[in-house]
Amino acid sequence: MSNETLINKDGLRIDGRKLHELRPTKIEVGVLSNADGSAYIEQGKNKILAGIYGPKEVHPKHRERPDRAILRCRYHMAPFSVDERKSPAPSRREIEISKVIREALEPAVFLEYYPRTAIDLFIEVLQAHGGTRCASLTVASLALADGGIPMRDLTAACASGKVDGKLVLDLNDIEDKKGEADVPLAYMPNLDVITLLQMDGQLTIEEFTEAINLSLEGCKQLHVLQKEALKSKYISVREGVKE
Amino acid sequence: MPTFFERRQLVAPGDLLAEGNYFAGENTFKNEEKVYSTSIGLVEFQERRVFVVALKAFYVPRVEDIVIGGVTDVTIGGWIVDINSPYPALLRASDVMERSYRPQRNNLTSIFDIGDILIAKIVSYDRTRDPLLTVRESDLGKVTRGQIVGIIPSKIPRLIGKKGSMITTIKSETGCHIVIGQNGRVLVSGKTVEDEQLAIMAIQKVEEESHTSGLTNRVAELLKERSGR
Amino acid sequence: MSMVTRIQQQQIAQLVSKGKRIDGRGLEDYRDIKVEMGVIEKAEGSARVFLGRTEVLVGVKIEVGRPFPDTPDAGVLTVNVELVPLASPRFEPGPPREEAIELARVVDRGIRESKVIKTEELCLIKGKKVLIVFVDVYVLNHDGNLIDASAIAALAALMNTKVANYEVSEEEVQVKPGYNQLPIQNYPIAVTFAKINDKLVVDPGLKEEQAMDTRITITIEKEGKICAIQKAGGGLLTTDQIVEAAKLAKKKATEVRKLVVKE
Repeated sequence: MSNETLINKDGLRIDGRKLHELRPTKIEVGVLSNADGSAYIEQGKNKILAGIYGPKEVHPKHRERPDRAILRCRYHMAPFSVDERKSPAPSRREIEISKVIREALEPAVFLEYYPRTAIDLFIEVLQAHGGTRCASLTVASLALADGGIPMRDLTAACASGKVDGKLVLDLNDIEDKKGEADVPLAYMPNLDVITLLQMDGQLTIEEFTEAINLSLEGCKQLHVLQKEALKSKYISVREGVKE
Repeated sequence: MPTFFERRQLVAPGDLLAEGNYFAGENTFKNEEKVYSTSIGLVEFQERRVFVVALKAFYVPRVEDIVIGGVTDVTIGGWIVDINSPYPALLRASDVMERSYRPQRNNLTSIFDIGDILIAKIVSYDRTRDPLLTVRESDLGKVTRGQIVGIIPSKIPRLIGKKGSMITTIKSETGCHIVIGQNGRVLVSGKTVEDEQLAIMAIQKVEEESHTSGLTNRVAELLKERSGR
Repeated sequence: MSMVTRIQQQQIAQLVSKGKRIDGRGLEDYRDIKVEMGVIEKAEGSARVFLGRTEVLVGVKIEVGRPFPDTPDAGVLTVNVELVPLASPRFEPGPPREEAIELARVVDRGIRESKVIKTEELCLIKGKKVLIVFVDVYVLNHDGNLIDASAIAALAALMNTKVANYEVSEEEVQVKPGYNQLPIQNYPIAVTFAKINDKLVVDPGLKEEQAMDTRITITIEKEGKICAIQKAGGGLLTTDQIVEAAKLAKKKATEVRKLVVKE
């Protein structure tokens, strides 16, 4: 097998994208009838479903907070979501990701409006192909909005990275594994602040600064798609009645 | 003093609605001089007040509200009632009992049991405690007949209509007795199941098309058609 | 009382806005750092680090085991963290919860991404037997900034690690007498900032952690490149704050590295 490069001589990546191009993304809001709020995203080969329940009573009761709601988050990958079957038990990676996702969303939600309750967020990765924690955040934010949970802003997330020496946007699985760096980032566009930031690999400070700006660009594009998904769910009701 | 949307436009959480000397109404928040939406909904401007009618919201208890709920548990002190809100409501035994004696558990279940539907009023609620109910006033108490339909709480004003026009229309066209719980539950009881179904259909139509105009007339027409009156 | 009261939180915030901290440090100052290597003889490598009153002990154990299926000719590095109950009234006995898991993964990332050890050199029999390097981080006292203390201790322990003489003959691995020092190729240093009153302070103490609204850790390897970042604890950061932190982290990492790596 030849030593394949990840970016060819025309500047195209292994899936045909340009360096700063987002994977094709499709978002749908309100897809589950039982969950209080839900949303679904397909970003490249990623297929991720998010659902929320709450605000509701906290069990066990000693976990409740008198001054605000608690946000609980479970990021979980289905056993069939990756090439080699993944055991259903939560892995350390899933536990860490659950934590950083929760912490990214906490500043967005008006938790103080619902003391002594819990908002449970469940993220199921049905198919994974790189950048799942970012896509999960993008879809989780919509699930919360769909559930009527008041928020300061929507949250969009996107990773950038370094592949074959070049900075690229929205790494897929192969680029993530074989590339030189990965920078996942979550952003609240109207407030212009970052709520999730991680990095692994090696980057100079200048490269890192460029990577952040690239991730932010990706987030802004995803934010447009998020709003379109929200509007298309509700506008169709409106349009149907106009006659 | 700019506003960034037109009346009744669909907005999303984080959308900047207005900037300047505006008052941040329902489902909005103000940061410095900017008013943002917290929810998906339709933005409204009234004088200097900006607010959003949320398209999806759950019920947050308010004192004096009439609510319709189901008994989910019977305890020594009273009943736990599900009122479709993040907080379970409590109806004290002392609210129903005339004399203040300590009732045994089985006496309470003979009054209201798990699964019973009650019409009650919220007498107290604050951030530190679950809402407290009463059934002491007239028109409150156990529901013995009829059907319950759910409706998003934010749509209830539309269901009532200007000076009650919408709900009166539905009542008169279907001949049903209708009790609207502020918590998004509506009790419909009529002479026949068909009458009740008609009323429920009208209520659901109001919920779906709440943001359109001319709704009261359309509902009236639909009901006349279907009921053959 | 280990909880920070509202009054203390206000004090901390007010001091920070004046460029000061409750223990008298400047915003960019680390607490006193003390590193001791080789403290546990039964471990292949070990180190104890004091960062102010935070105390972390790391032991390195090496075993022969199976490689991962997708890297049959590489050894394995694994980092585990135990937040032992005696270290803080907040720690409960039981399997590692998210705080311990996150800490382990951040320390691991720093070591792995900067390639401290060459895992390709830890292979004994391809596909069957490789060396597994267990880095066990034991937090003994929590007085803030467990990440930086653990990262320094893990690095020092690895620098102190001796590998037995493994000899491979005919699909069998034998241990011969003698030891080799584990070759160390990089010296990553984690620098953690807490955001208090919209300012970033280096090396937060426990009370500062309880008063902060967010935290970011930036790990810098020996050439000055960033090799790991973790923002944690809710809260918001702007791009400018992040870039400023990265530049300061590079400067502080150089200073701290001198305490661990004696020329």
